[in-house]
This record gives sequence, structure tokens and C-alpha cells, in this order.
Amino acid sequence: MCLAIPAKIATIEPDGQTARVSLGGVTKEISLALVDEVAVGDYILVHVGYALNRLSEEEAQRTLALMSEAGVLDEELGVNPPIPGSAGGEA
Amino acid sequence: MRYVDEFRDQRLARGLAEAIAAEAHPGRVYRLMEFCGGHTHAIFRYGVQDLMPPNVRFVHGPGCPVCVLPMARIDHAIALATRHGVTLCSYGDLMRVPAGERRSLLKAKAEGADIRMIYSTQDALRIAREDPTRQVVLFAIGFETTTPPTAVAVKTARSEGLANFSVFCNHVLTPPALRIILSTAGPDGVRLDGILGPSHVSTVIGSRPYDFVAREFGRPVVIAGFEPLDVMQSALMLIRQINDGRAEVENQYTRAVTEEGNLKAQALMEEVFSLRETFEWRGLGFLPNSALRLADVYEDLDAELRFPVEVAPAREVRGCECPAILRGVKEPTDCKLFGTVCTPDNPMGSCMVSSEGACAAYWSYGRFRDARAAG
Repeated sequence: MCLAIPAKIATIEPDGQTARVSLGGVTKEISLALVDEVAVGDYILVHVGYALNRLSEEEAQRTLALMSEAGVLDEELGVNPPIPGSAGGEA
Repeated sequence: MRYVDEFRDQRLARGLAEAIAAEAHPGRVYRLMEFCGGHTHAIFRYGVQDLMPPNVRFVHGPGCPVCVLPMARIDHAIALATRHGVTLCSYGDLMRVPAGERRSLLKAKAEGADIRMIYSTQDALRIAREDPTRQVVLFAIGFETTTPPTAVAVKTARSEGLANFSVFCNHVLTPPALRIILSTAGPDGVRLDGILGPSHVSTVIGSRPYDFVAREFGRPVVIAGFEPLDVMQSALMLIRQINDGRAEVENQYTRAVTEEGNLKAQALMEEVFSLRETFEWRGLGFLPNSALRLADVYEDLDAELRFPVEVAPAREVRGCECPAILRGVKEPTDCKLFGTVCTPDNPMGSCMVSSEGACAAYWSYGRFRDARAAG
């Protein structure tokens, strides 16, 4: 129910209230009534036909960097316990 | 898809799994409640539980709007369509939820009621515009994520003077549900060590409304995105807080959630809705200040006032454990109906209907079968 999907804004109508986004190859018209200052090319979260929020590329990259650090750190420390449920899998 | 695929990366998942296994102390059990059904779905779909050491357990929370809606409210909605002859517009998630006397919106529709499945509140407005002679009621449900789109529809109807449009409001708030789960935790309830906080609800309300969890209940909260890597990283952040003896609200989902949230959406909600004194949640009972109704200035658009309906209290299907499952006290496999008479094709309880319900997640991804085979 609370699912929202990231989508890129393709075009914005002249009134600034509606945008077209591409969702998995399907073009959909969505309302911009809940967001301010979005532009063509921005990524937004789409929920039941409304843009909920703009996604931050910077923050996404930071999160991914933290995720990869979590793994690297263990390798550096030489801690490498087996992952449950993946017996025999390569580490 | 951008912002999706990279958060499902297998190599990063392995690294996070290793970090969790290294940092979770083998001597203690970490019981982490994922509040949202979206998290439950991701945990099962991607097998996140299988990547955790045995002492890190996910406890499934009540964050599935379809699951916590009392049966009587669906009876009420059906009565709007059958007794008052309105066109009822509902999100697809609700269509198959069992109501009283084994009814559902879908069955009522098959019997001739005018019930339409919509994707957006904009669709309901369009239906109302197209036929001014028919009364159109939006069956509004959902947490704070889905509430602002209802607010936009209400404001649009008012400004266009759409006299045949009204809203049957069932919007509920997440913080009161979290409060009741935490305050009943203990001998009779569920023991929790940390909370994975709502993701898209938080894009609207921000991370601040969860401060009470840390302050009053001494439990850590991490606002977590819905992708599998988000869930894993959030679990790691919770484990670190628990190990350090900290109880703070942290935000893992920074690409979409800020401390203050979406102020424009909050202002709309503030204007269009008022708090209900009390509202029933399936499984949790009546919770004070936990739901919204239309504000007095919009009461002419309130379907409950426009179309009075008396609804008898609904009786739960005997043996259905949805209420206990919604509180995290029981697991789907503890229910006698699970997988026997209750399946997604023939659901007895709401937790089996929504793909975000714990029972549907257990059933669809079949992990309980592996557990039985192994055990």
C-alpha cells in the first residue's frame, strides 16, 4: 500500500501541476500537487499517481558507499564468517 | 531501474551479511520489528532473513493498511454501494479483503454494486466529473503516505464544486500504532530490541515523529528503505545501536527521507483532516488519536455524514490469528488456518490478502516449507 516507485520526470505540463514519467517503459501522467521545485530529469517517488518526493542522487551514492564499506571493512579485518544458509557458496 | 537495481546488488548484500554476522554478538538475540508490510514483503521476497545469523530475527509489524482495517469498515463501504447506490471507488488492494458474512468488495461488485477499482484519487474525481447524476465515494485508506493524495482530491472537489463527490475516510497514523505495540511489549506482548521505521510514511512525516520510541521506550529506530539492501543496512545500524547501548532515531533512507519530511503534504493534511478521538484497528483494538476524519470545514464532503449507515459489529473468522500476527505475537505458521483453508486464492483473514501481509508473504515465497523440511 505504501509502495512508491522511483521514476524520472520526462515532461512537465505548462501549468506545472502534471508531469509525465516513464515507469518500466510505460508513460504515466502523475500529479505534482505534493511537491515543489521539480524539474525535467529529476527522479521522484511515485505513489498512487502522485509525486511524493524528489530523490537525492547525492544521498543515494552516499548510502551505496556506506554499504560497500561495511563489507570491505570485514575483509580488511580478516573477519569472514560463513553466511547462514549459503553453505558451500564462495565468499 | 535507477534507484532500484543498485539497492538489490548481490555483492553488496554479501558484504552487509558478513558485517552483520561479525557484529551481532552470538550470545544475544536481536529481535527487530519491521513496522511496514513493504519491509515484510522485501524480507521474504529477497530472502533477507536467510542472510542473517540465527540470533537476528525479524518480527513482523502491523504496517499494512489493508490488514489493520476492521472488517466492519468494509461492511460499511459495501453498504454505501448497496443501500445508498453510490459508485464506490477503491484501491485494488481492498477488493478481495474478507468482510462480514464472507463478503468482499469484489463479491458485492459481482452482485451488481457499482464498485470501481482505481489507481489514483484523480481517477475518482474523473468518474465524478463524467457523470454528475451519480454520487461517487472515494474509499480512502492508508497511512500517511496515501493520505496527502486524498487531501488533494478533497481540495480539488471543493474548488471545482463537485457536488457528487465525497470521501469515506479510513486514514490511520503510524506513530500511535507503534506506541501501542511498544507499550504492550513484555510478558503478554512481543519482546523487541529495535524498530525498522517506516520508509514512505517517513518521506511525508519525516523522522522526528519517532523520537518518542527512543525517548520513552528506550528502543532504537532506523528509518529504512524498502529495497533488500536498505533493510540489511538498517538491521546493521540497529545492531550497532543495541551493542553500544544507544537508543536513537537514525535514518538509513536518506535519499528520500529528511528530518522534517514533506512540509507541503503535511500542510495539506493539516488543513483537510482532523484527528478522530478513537478508531478501531484490526488486531490492536480502539486506539485514541490514531486516525483521521475530514475537518469540519470539509464535512460536506464526508461520506459518513452524507450517507448514514448502521453497521453491525463484524465477527472474525473463527481460528483466524490475524490479530495476534499483526501485533507480532504470533507467526503465520502458528495459525491453524494458514495454508489449509486460508490461502491467497481463498483468504480468510486480511493478512493473507495483501501482498504486504505476513501470511501472504510466508505463503507466496514458501520459506515456511523449507523450515518444515529442515526442522
